[in-house]
Amino acid sequence: MDLNPIWLTLRLALITTILLFIIGLPLAWWLSKGRAFYKILLEAIITIPLVLPPSVLGFYLLVAFSPRQGLGKWLLEYFNLQFVFSFKGLVLASIIYSIPFMVGPIKSALQQLPSSLSDASFSLGKSKWQTFIHVLLPNIKAPLFTAMVLTFAHTLGEFGVVLMIGGNIPNVTRVASIAIYDSVEQMDYGTANYYSLILFSITFLLVVTVFVYNKYQLKSPIL
Amino acid sequence: MIQVDIEKKIKAYKGTRNLKVPHFFSSGSVTLITGESGVGKTTFLKILAGFIEPDRGRINVNGVEWVNTQTKKNISPQKRLVGFVFQDYALFPNMTVLQHLQYATKDELWIEKLLTISKLETFINHLPVYLSGGQQQRLAIIRALATKPEILLMDEPFSALDIEIKQHIINELATIFGLLSTTVLIVSHNPYELENIATNRLIIEI
Repeated sequence: MDLNPIWLTLRLALITTILLFIIGLPLAWWLSKGRAFYKILLEAIITIPLVLPPSVLGFYLLVAFSPRQGLGKWLLEYFNLQFVFSFKGLVLASIIYSIPFMVGPIKSALQQLPSSLSDASFSLGKSKWQTFIHVLLPNIKAPLFTAMVLTFAHTLGEFGVVLMIGGNIPNVTRVASIAIYDSVEQMDYGTANYYSLILFSITFLLVVTVFVYNKYQLKSPIL
Repeated sequence: MIQVDIEKKIKAYKGTRNLKVPHFFSSGSVTLITGESGVGKTTFLKILAGFIEPDRGRINVNGVEWVNTQTKKNISPQKRLVGFVFQDYALFPNMTVLQHLQYATKDELWIEKLLTISKLETFINHLPVYLSGGQQQRLAIIRALATKPEILLMDEPFSALDIEIKQHIINELATIFGLLSTTVLIVSHNPYELENIATNRLIIEI
């Protein structure tokens, strides 16, 4: 049995989660402060992938990054970058598609922390950065972990958007969800079941881990 | 010496009300601040600490201008370095008693003294969630003192303490205030509990 679609899926999910953590954490922090109109607008844009059909998002990405025109052509000519039908394209699409899963929980968690926590840290002479690292971040560990696991799990299950921008190229863009669809198309239910079972098991384990972690996070009375 | 003349519109039950405080606090004084609920006592302390900006006015501390709304000067809380005891304590849930103090200062002897004063020596490895209300309040007080601030702002700092420990803490604080020449502003709804240490009184009115 070909395990490449599974490895490719795991690689895509891991890279997407790491990149989204780097992008999403400062973005969520910035969004959690104040309610300016441009922030609300940006938050709405970030949330759109939650409700938009993945094929719509995939279609627009395909159009935007097509090497025949506009941005896609410019990227290819000047930077030799091609997102369509490539693994890079899958990563880009996954980042856009999964961004609400990373930013949403972190932003909500930061907003729920009382402002007096930051104020107390400032009154001790600590900078915004020190306050973020030593006070805010450690107190949103659980939502942070949840956001990362949800992003990872959501990327594992992507189908429409990766199919549109990546197609079905073995070892390049043929992730597990596409391999399942492909197998069913060819009436190969055994292979479809094999990939499905692996994806189901990984996702189940991830979700159970989140619940267990959140339940036992504060168990010891002393450190 | 703190010279204050500030104004700030604050939210009230119906519409807004205007908080207006023109006052002079002499160095080393302990001022008890009283006033009706919602009159803006906490807001006033937060303006002094730099957490909230006033709409109009100036604040001068020992000859240094902290706030001037005309010139848009408003120095950061980090530079003001006032000690602040929050009404909700604002303890860091991720830090133990000792870590709270170590986050504020590197002075181990001072940390030991603060732990003794607050009678929290046996709880140094406890997280705030596992401390009683009174213990949490004592931790909030010693954390604010950890930086040896010239100005200490306390918002209802003794509300959760029982009579015995309250008296002990107040006596110890009186010594520390004298030692550090701290200018102290204490908001309290109970004007009698601080009779022994308060040297002045400010009543904030609508």
